[in-house]
Amino acid sequence: MKMLLTGFDLLLALTLLWLAWQLLRSTDIFKAIIFFICFGLLMSLAWVRMHAPDVALAEAAIGTGLTGPLFLAALRRIERKAGKNMMSEPAGNGEETGSRWKARNREMSPLLWTVTALTCCLAGLLIWTVLIIPRPLPGLADQVAGSLAESGVNNPVTAVLLNFRGYDTLLEVMVLLLGAITVWSITHAPFPPRVPDTSPVQKAAVRLLLPLICLIGGYLVWQGAYQTGGAFQGGAVLSAALVLLLISDFLWLPGMRSLPLRLGLTLGPLVFVLLAGFGILVEKTLLRLPVEYAGPLLLFLEAACGLSIGLTLAAFFAGGRPASDLRETPYSGEAKGKGPAES
Amino acid sequence: MTTILYSVTGLLLFVFGLFALIVCPHPLRKILGGNVMSAGIFLFLVAASYRADTGEIDAVPQAMVLTGIVVSVCITAVALVLSTRLQQAADQGARRRRKRRREEDAGE
Repeated sequence: MKMLLTGFDLLLALTLLWLAWQLLRSTDIFKAIIFFICFGLLMSLAWVRMHAPDVALAEAAIGTGLTGPLFLAALRRIERKAGKNMMSEPAGNGEETGSRWKARNREMSPLLWTVTALTCCLAGLLIWTVLIIPRPLPGLADQVAGSLAESGVNNPVTAVLLNFRGYDTLLEVMVLLLGAITVWSITHAPFPPRVPDTSPVQKAAVRLLLPLICLIGGYLVWQGAYQTGGAFQGGAVLSAALVLLLISDFLWLPGMRSLPLRLGLTLGPLVFVLLAGFGILVEKTLLRLPVEYAGPLLLFLEAACGLSIGLTLAAFFAGGRPASDLRETPYSGEAKGKGPAES
Repeated sequence: MTTILYSVTGLLLFVFGLFALIVCPHPLRKILGGNVMSAGIFLFLVAASYRADTGEIDAVPQAMVLTGIVVSVCITAVALVLSTRLQQAADQGARRRRKRRREEDAGE
């Protein structure tokens, strides 16, 4: 059994390295993105082998399920604007630079060799460091297990995320909000990207799947207190439902108001900040929760954060504001004849 | 053994990603390289804290990695939007240059 597991580990590690190499060197970007999605799925297998099911779920849902579509959407946007042959060139180099860039690349080959040699040195150095670290490494597992009863939840990862290291998670939620603000500020693309036509099968499937996905997302958020799951995994599943809605071109989406969206995006950070302030008032310390109310408060916080995370990730995928939110005419060369219909 | 195997894999992934980040000219490839780098770092972090002999897990690195995954998606999204915008600006510049050249040719 042990031999089998070791063999599996070895195979998994080699496959991961091979996939990473393939995705970084294949000439076709589309192929590279597909390799990346496979890579993420195998990464979540590696997380399971490390006994980190929470991370595995997050990797499968967020790292793969969402990053892959994000890349594909960006690729489509770039290709539609630039034509396929621009894809192999760096941005911002004008029109006839394709051949020039290649020539310069060939010229730079001594530099390339230097970079390769330096990277190999770095790899060797890092591996040597790993091999000489004294083991076992010190950890915080005992402290976490000791104070788990005070946290209000039974899952140690959720306890660390939301209670013991709540400050990190507060900042993380803020990073998400900041990301959404940045995306909305940079692009003026109308929120639901136009999809040529959706097949009736897809629409029916989305109608059937949507409630189920929302249920699973809510269950994952609820389950976070006891076992694997939590706000991030639940939010990611929720965002998958929203992404499905977005690519299926439902009629009511383009007319959607932006106020509920904005409220949803800020709900999680707002609840987190209020809870932090509550900690100052009651326990005289930022983010410290009273032990007897910790469980319900954390559940409330997780629900709010899950909703916000789902909406934020879906907003990343949409890559722009809702059409009703655009007060000015969109950036000229970017949207020909697909500006907001209302204005 | 498992710990060292996965640690080394994580470090190699980090190095691959770094190499691609330096060498590849295409913005999407650079972002992919950055993602591979972060995956390597996460793998190293969790593998280093895992104890194969007792099977004991440490929740703190796992929570950190969970945070890191979400933040890396955030960074990816912003980087992708920026690179799309960059490409659009480059296309517009190219179009303007072509137009100006055509006008100059017509003027001569």
